[in-house]
Amino acid sequence: MRTKLIVGLCVLACLTLAWNIRTIFLHVPDEANQGAIFRILYFHVPSAMTSFTGFFVAMGFSLMYLVKKDLRYDSIAASITEVSLAFATITLVTGSIWGRIIWGVWWAWDARLTSYFICILIYSGYLMLRRAVDEPNQRARFSTVLSVLGCVDITIVWKSIEWFRTQHPGPVLSVRNGGGMAPGMEAPVYINLIPLLMLSLALILIRMRQEDLRHEVDSLRRYAHSF
Amino acid sequence: MERNFLYLCYGLIAAWLIIFIYVVSLALRERSLRQELDRVKKLVEDSEHEARR
Repeated sequence: MRTKLIVGLCVLACLTLAWNIRTIFLHVPDEANQGAIFRILYFHVPSAMTSFTGFFVAMGFSLMYLVKKDLRYDSIAASITEVSLAFATITLVTGSIWGRIIWGVWWAWDARLTSYFICILIYSGYLMLRRAVDEPNQRARFSTVLSVLGCVDITIVWKSIEWFRTQHPGPVLSVRNGGGMAPGMEAPVYINLIPLLMLSLALILIRMRQEDLRHEVDSLRRYAHSF
Repeated sequence: MERNFLYLCYGLIAAWLIIFIYVVSLALRERSLRQELDRVKKLVEDSEHEARR
């Protein structure tokens, strides 16, 4: 059942992405000042939204672990965090490539980029910590602390372009009262979010299956040692 | 303008490359987990066999 769901999500995501890429390259015109490179925004912004959504959902599962003391919630949180980190890396890399053309530099230590970099460091630390701590309950508690810390940082990332006037462009999407894009240019941002969310869900399901396998191996090993 | 388009391609290639690398790492991890599971199952069978004797 889960395999069918994963395959279905991947197929749907690929079809939607193919349709979107066609729209982005054939129907959306070049931006007046930036030219073709502005199209990177259609992957940069949805990837950021996907990673933010994932990190917040992961924090929710981590907090559920604290309430219910069920390690299954911790496994789900870890799976979601790992996949979200991959999307956060995409955001950082595509943003850097855009910056090379528009700003003339690969990186600027401005408020948003720095806070986002810190966010990636926090979640990389989260994954490293999970490998370092063997005791499952202690690992889950430490992970929850880092997850909450990461989400505080994400709030700073989100608001940084309003709080500080730095190199990164201010809000352009109409949902944030930016109003800096024509409606025909803005819609593909949200349409591209759908396949990326589907893809991330498929990857999370695969990652959760691995967590199940890991638990099976651990319980069998304990059983084997009981003889 | 050509450079502009070239960097757009770099961006898209980088995005898909990150996804691809992550999917490959997931596949390798799953393979090693399944091998470990087979090994442990065999260990359990051997232990049960020894206990019965």
